[in-house]
Amino acid sequence: MPRLIRDGAIVDDAWLAPGPENTVPKAGQIASLDQWLQLADKKGSAVQLEPGQQPDPLFEYLDQIQLVAINFPVFTDGRGFSYARELRDRGYRGELRATGNFIRDQLTYLHRCGFNAFQLADERGLEAALDSLGDFSEVYQAAVDQPLPLFRRR
Amino acid sequence: MYVYDQYDQKIVDERVAQFRDQTARYLAGQIADAEFLPLRLQNGLYEQRQAPMLRIAVPYGLMNSRQLRKLAEISRVYDKGYAHISTRQNVQLNWPVLAEVPDILAELASVQMHAIQTSGNCIRNTTTDQFAGVACDELEDPRPYCEIIRQWSTLHPEFAFLPRKFKIAVCGSTEDRAAIHHHDIGLELLANTQGEIGLKVLVGGGLGRTPAIGSVICEWLDKKHMLTYLEAILRVYNQHGRRDNKYKARIKILVKAMGVEAFTKAVEQEWMALKDGPTTLTDEELARARSFFDAPVYDTVDAAEASSVLQAALDGDPIFANWVKRNTRSHRVPGYRIVTISLKSTGYAPGDVTAEQLELLAELSDEYSFGEIRSTHQQNLVLGDVQVSQLNALWQRLQAAGLATPNIGYLTDMICCPGGDYCALANAKSLPVAEAIQARFDDLDYVYDLGPLELNISGCMNACGHHHIGHIGILGVDKKGEEYYQVCLGGSQAKDASIGKILGPSFKQQDMPDVVDKILSTYVTLRQEEESFLDTYRRVGIDPFKERVYAPAD
Ligand code: SF4
Repeated sequence: MPRLIRDGAIVDDAWLAPGPENTVPKAGQIASLDQWLQLADKKGSAVQLEPGQQPDPLFEYLDQIQLVAINFPVFTDGRGFSYARELRDRGYRGELRATGNFIRDQLTYLHRCGFNAFQLADERGLEAALDSLGDFSEVYQAAVDQPLPLFRRR
Repeated sequence: MYVYDQYDQKIVDERVAQFRDQTARYLAGQIADAEFLPLRLQNGLYEQRQAPMLRIAVPYGLMNSRQLRKLAEISRVYDKGYAHISTRQNVQLNWPVLAEVPDILAELASVQMHAIQTSGNCIRNTTTDQFAGVACDELEDPRPYCEIIRQWSTLHPEFAFLPRKFKIAVCGSTEDRAAIHHHDIGLELLANTQGEIGLKVLVGGGLGRTPAIGSVICEWLDKKHMLTYLEAILRVYNQHGRRDNKYKARIKILVKAMGVEAFTKAVEQEWMALKDGPTTLTDEELARARSFFDAPVYDTVDAAEASSVLQAALDGDPIFANWVKRNTRSHRVPGYRIVTISLKSTGYAPGDVTAEQLELLAELSDEYSFGEIRSTHQQNLVLGDVQVSQLNALWQRLQAAGLATPNIGYLTDMICCPGGDYCALANAKSLPVAEAIQARFDDLDYVYDLGPLELNISGCMNACGHHHIGHIGILGVDKKGEEYYQVCLGGSQAKDASIGKILGPSFKQQDMPDVVDKILSTYVTLRQEEESFLDTYRRVGIDPFKERVYAPAD
């Protein structure tokens, strides 16, 4: 079974990646945004956003969605960082997963933006990636992991 | 100036440790080149023509003598004994070795400096007026705001992979010395009708391939909202800025594409979700930031006596008198003057400063200016608080070190990027052009007669030399593999901001001094009494210059 980092630990992952656009997601399979929009029942649903797909359509269903995966086809495209914050700032509490070609050196930033799961392109890097999560013990800005900016805490 | 507490120090130290680990992994082949690229860029490290280049952040251009000494030491131990002041008030080293960069960063951290986000597609060093806190025309000191922005933008988790680099400038005075119209975001501190200080917000200015003047998206913003408003702008940009073409990725293109109105609306909408949240500035934080920039304890100088002492010195020595006239300006406090140290003497690359000079300047700043020094985007250095009675002693020591060239604000005080001699992106060399022009116009009387003149040179479209906003701008271009130079006229970085207009077909390097000569003599012929180059150009337009420069040789 594929493995990933979830909530700071390496775990097995049962979710299936999204299938081709013209198919209906099976049970346990992540839907593409278009597929997800077609779902009659969003309860327990899982959806993957690509760069360019704003999370706005999800806002209404945040308490029903179980998993949002945000794909990083290239690690330098940082739109997903803002998508994650938009979702968390509006109260999304489910799993928020980074997937695709992001790199371990982005993990602290991703985590701060609200991602709690990291599916690296190469699973062999998972152990080492855990180290990167601990790169910083202090931060200036308010973000998802630390709701108060340093100036309100120092 | 701002002093780190244990939090600031920890963040910078942990950043050094992170990059040390990344560099080790890269050198061990565990990180691919493409993946290491943004990591090293966001730690200030470029690959250049000859060697890597390390760009060290000088937040809003302010340094103390301890930092200057450390820079001197670093340039000696890890480099070739000199450093370069960039057009964004930063300091650059041209010859570091990658494996040693983590050590250099650790050295910097020991004096509360870093190279974080001096490069890469992230929020860069915030720049401001080099005369902040001492200028006579200042409404509010911009530096506390810059420091607040520095902390907010440092390692901001959401904005480290923007479509493109992002530059913010702040000004708090009547004259704009921070070029806020030419930044991704320009902030101007100004009072509303009730006399409360707030911020005017401009977005989408910039140089580069598509120069643009920033558009006002908020006429007056309560300063407590500064960070949430910035965050809203960045969030719109991060999600909507173009990523398919790096030449169209700056925020200015997005503002143009959406239209100012729609862009403003999008920002306001994002802002509604952030406004009054925890990132809203508190009075305590504003007061804390301000406390670091309190005025030093000035001696109460009898202004009349000080000016008679100065007058006597001026009368006694015309060379000194000339330097005072050209390189110093009035200070907020009677009996003090602001001294600009020219790094533009003929034969030296504009902005270059040797380790020995850095050490001397550290000493001079301790002796004459409360141990602080400022870098300027015109690539000079400033001692902000010099007592009038000490000007002569200071000048003598500057002169002995070749640092008293009396040309601030004149033709030979040109802005010039490192160009093809160093920069891997260059189309053409820029330093030899600067040198040839300086050599041609070595008659100071003629240079003074030309009046205030800004000549800016960039080695390519990236416009690090700010050529679009020079009264005379020179741009290196590539013409079938040969280095040519395009000239533009009429740019301005001041509040009456404008972008220079291209004169016509480009020129060969050896022709450049002649071309500049023709432009200047056209001005001299056409000017009305006391009229500056820029004013004359604005009155007569580009045609007379064109006719003269492209007239067939007789
Ligand atoms: S303007 Fe071009 S040549 Fe000059 S420093 Fe910038 S990138 Fe290099």
